[in-house]
Amino acid sequence: MSGLARARLARARASPWPETWVAAAFIAPAALVILLVVVIPLGRAAWMSVFDISLVRPGNEPFVGLRNYIEQLTSGDFWAATARALFFTVVSTALELGFGLALALLMSQPLRFQWFLRAIIILPWALPTIVNALMWRWIDNAEYGALNALLTQLGLLHEYKVWLSNSDIAMWMVIVADVWKMTPLVAILLFAALQSVDRELIEVARVDGASGLQAFRRIVLPLIMPVVLIVLVLRTMEAFKVFDIIWIMTGGGPANATQTVAIYAYQTAYQGYDFGRGAALGYIIALVIMVLAAVYLRLLGRTGR
Amino acid sequence: MSTPTTGHRSRRHLVALLATVAIAAGACGGGASPSAGPVTLHALFMKQAAYSDADVKAMTDAFTAANPNITVVPEYVGYDALHDKIVTDQVGGSGLYDIVLMDAIWPAEFVKAGIVTDITDKIPADFKSGVFDSAWTAAAYQGKYYGVPWINDTKFFFFNKKMLADAGITAPPTTWDAVVTAAKAIKAKGIVQYPLVGSWKQAEAIICDWTQLAGVMGGASFVDDKGNATFNTGGGLAALKFMKQLLDDGLMNPASLGFSEDDVNSTVAAGQAAMALNWTYGYAVMNDAKQSKVAGQVDVVGSPGEGRVATSGVNGGMSLAITKNSKHPAEALKYALWLASQKSQEMDTTLAFPMWKASFDSADITKANPAFFAAAKVQFAGLVARPVVPYYTKLSNALQVAIQTALQGKATPEQALNDVAAKLPDLQK
Repeated sequence: MSGLARARLARARASPWPETWVAAAFIAPAALVILLVVVIPLGRAAWMSVFDISLVRPGNEPFVGLRNYIEQLTSGDFWAATARALFFTVVSTALELGFGLALALLMSQPLRFQWFLRAIIILPWALPTIVNALMWRWIDNAEYGALNALLTQLGLLHEYKVWLSNSDIAMWMVIVADVWKMTPLVAILLFAALQSVDRELIEVARVDGASGLQAFRRIVLPLIMPVVLIVLVLRTMEAFKVFDIIWIMTGGGPANATQTVAIYAYQTAYQGYDFGRGAALGYIIALVIMVLAAVYLRLLGRTGR
Repeated sequence: MSTPTTGHRSRRHLVALLATVAIAAGACGGGASPSAGPVTLHALFMKQAAYSDADVKAMTDAFTAANPNITVVPEYVGYDALHDKIVTDQVGGSGLYDIVLMDAIWPAEFVKAGIVTDITDKIPADFKSGVFDSAWTAAAYQGKYYGVPWINDTKFFFFNKKMLADAGITAPPTTWDAVVTAAKAIKAKGIVQYPLVGSWKQAEAIICDWTQLAGVMGGASFVDDKGNATFNTGGGLAALKFMKQLLDDGLMNPASLGFSEDDVNSTVAAGQAAMALNWTYGYAVMNDAKQSKVAGQVDVVGSPGEGRVATSGVNGGMSLAITKNSKHPAEALKYALWLASQKSQEMDTTLAFPMWKASFDSADITKANPAFFAAAKVQFAGLVARPVVPYYTKLSNALQVAIQTALQGKATPEQALNDVAAKLPDLQK
């Protein structure tokens, strides 16, 4: 018997409680909290999703089976909102990744005021989303917003433009606000990944005649790819269920042009008081996010191998 | 109309007077509450247009002075959160509030959901006869009353008299045709880029303007007695076409599609619009030197008419409803009646008009702005209502999107409204 096993046996003999009981006692408080705030609400939502529950029709809540799910999956409004959410997700995540990588590379360079650069880059991410959204609503205001003033003074605009009230532009303005806020997070994560790349590998490649771009594509990018994929998983899941920044900037308008699937679910449940359909929508959104995450994780597994 | 300074001063005097009268009445036994023990009432108000927090506090202080065993805990939320807070609290939540401020479009839904109490038999006779009919309409459903009228409001026509004069227009327009003519003249002279501004964001605000316009352009009818859509023909369709034309002609600020009523005030106050529809409180805000570049230049008249209809106004009335969850409905009703009394309503007329007909005949009350009171008296006599149906919120949300879709040019007005008409059976579920 090894020394470790003897010590464990001695401890077990000294304690009146089996080791697994002690472990269970330590885990119990956290498990209880998770049960109360995650498992029970999830179960309750699943239960609600198969009933026709309306807050303004109390006492009349018939069982409808999968009708709520079928109605949503065959609804044009649902698919339109899903398409908007996907557009927001793809464009904002791509821009955040591109700008984030550029900033991370900049932060990796031996510059004189590097500490200052890193501090100001992180600033937008440090702002609460509500502050960021309100700030951009002001910037984009057609009458007194800074964007119109700036573009007019630069001679790029001849007259003030309506940004948030135009259904062709509003989504782009929301994406700009989201990219401005979330790019620093991406930059910090990629910067951390870049720090782990052995600089000697790059130097050897350069000595062998590789250009800077080739060294980046063939050596740096493959080495930081696991982190890139993690960033993609995180941002895709966050972006697909975006709510707060859009709700504050446009409320889903004009003419539903910025109504993403999370806003559609909120309006169904909390403005239409249709809690049955709202719960079904919540599960559909969760399912879509799980599928997206599974795809990314599979890619991540391949990259890891 | 009094300036804000004199308004506040007179308000303080009136509060003091009311409190004195109330205490005296209480001492004589007339104001004593019938309840034996102490009672706490929770009331939910709106923090936006009409009466301010200070107004409600002044009225409440006078009430509690007369009823020392009753404590009132008021809470305020923005209009956009008011409906949701009431429903979630009363149906899905703790049922905290005894009294809630109920908009004209909610009684049907609240009655169906079992939120509010029928008070038809408990209303004093002088309230029934003394208050404008339109204010009662805002508290009624299927011939019964579920609230004590408290706010009687509609949208008036505000105009910058200097801008109109600079464009050679000497009298405010009384028809929408005249509004268009005036707007074209203002734009042609380069006085402002967009002479008109509206609260046309994707919210109830755009429905209010659309309804008001429909009222003079063929009638504001939404659904018939059988539940069939009527909003896609007649006045509703004509009003939407008119709104679209204003945008197409560059007369209406296109940013209006994202503007609330507060944004309308700000735009007029910044001197960037010459004419606008807005609620009563707009007059005080647009003429407040602290927040308006054009203070003193903004005047108000009744909403313009069209053809044979002289004017119309959307019914923006709100009432104080007693909730079914209230454990003190008698005290809650007493408080509501106090807030709605003629004396309370006449305390401050800078942000909201009294809903008592007699107030409009009192020179002491109307002397602050006789022309505005005269316009209001005419408009209050014939307000147009939005439909009082249990599915109103869903219908309104669908119409907001349809109207904005048409205004953005993504569908014709006919297509946009017909699409909602096709969805109506689903909305009625």
